[in-house]
Amino acid sequence: MTMWLIVIIASLACLSLKLAGYLVPSSVLDRPTPARIANLLTVALLSALVGVQTLGHGVGLEFDARVPAVLVAVVLFALRVPFVVVVVAAAATAALIRLSGWG
Amino acid sequence: MARSSEDSAAIRAGLAVGLAAAAYGVSYGALAVAAGLDVWQTCVMSLVMFTGGSQFALIGVLATGGVAAGPTAIASAAILGIRNGIYGVRVAPMIGGRWWKRVAAAWVTIDETTAVSTNQPTLRSQRLGFWTTAAATFIGWNLTSLIGALIGDALGDPRQWGLDAAAAAAFVGLLWPRLKQRQTIAVASAAAVVAVALTPVLLPGLPVLVAGIVAVVVGGFNWLSNAEPPLIPLEREGI
Repeated sequence: MTMWLIVIIASLACLSLKLAGYLVPSSVLDRPTPARIANLLTVALLSALVGVQTLGHGVGLEFDARVPAVLVAVVLFALRVPFVVVVVAAAATAALIRLSGWG
Repeated sequence: MARSSEDSAAIRAGLAVGLAAAAYGVSYGALAVAAGLDVWQTCVMSLVMFTGGSQFALIGVLATGGVAAGPTAIASAAILGIRNGIYGVRVAPMIGGRWWKRVAAAWVTIDETTAVSTNQPTLRSQRLGFWTTAAATFIGWNLTSLIGALIGDALGDPRQWGLDAAAAAAFVGLLWPRLKQRQTIAVASAAAVVAVALTPVLLPGLPVLVAGIVAVVVGGFNWLSNAEPPLIPLEREGI
């Protein structure tokens, strides 16, 4: 599978899901379970991605400069600091720690 | 024709939300290039996929698993895209009009447009809010994705600049506004534990998908639900 194929299939899949929403009748939302599961799926995948991106290293785990960087991000998001500032702060934290020779 | 105060409020909200989304397009662009995409692929994603969560998920899985993790990367992006379909069911009645207008609206039906439009009081301001947010976000997101990709291209080794940590921080930012209820917090915690625990055992990308089962089980049985059943997360987006 080439990178282009991945990009195109994933893009069309997401676009199709958006279009599907305009084709199904609104009574679909009368049943709470599908809407609730979709909402929780979003939360579960985002949270799983936080975990894997913070600790994953190929097939394995590694505790490195990403961990303190993510903790910094959590604190800043809790303080309602804007998204892009937090992301830059997290990157800077990890970069500085690595510059100092660890992680 | 004079604009009502509702119309002005809708336009202001749309521009503000569009600007905020555009700001983090830079991080998406830089991280996409760090994950192995070229500048063109980064931009095609922003144009066609146009939904931040799925775009970050795709590049997140590719960053750890490479092209070999393609199928799981696509599945992760698609699962995160399901909510846009549900938003579509919700906003379709307010859009109206001919088929081409509905196709255009579907393309830009995301967290931001749905949140702004459903927060407006009148049908007219809902439509204004939807299309203002759509235009601001679409133009801003695509422009800043390109800028981010060019920056990422110039940076070189992503680890040296802490871009791997930035990716994790970006997911925290996407997750944060959704952690307002006991049920979502429980699912988020369990999913992270499951994904991390399975990382040494499964192929890259798969742990994230398996963690999705937590949502299906907890949501299906409606465990830990609050007194008010959660409908659609938009009113709680905090935008």
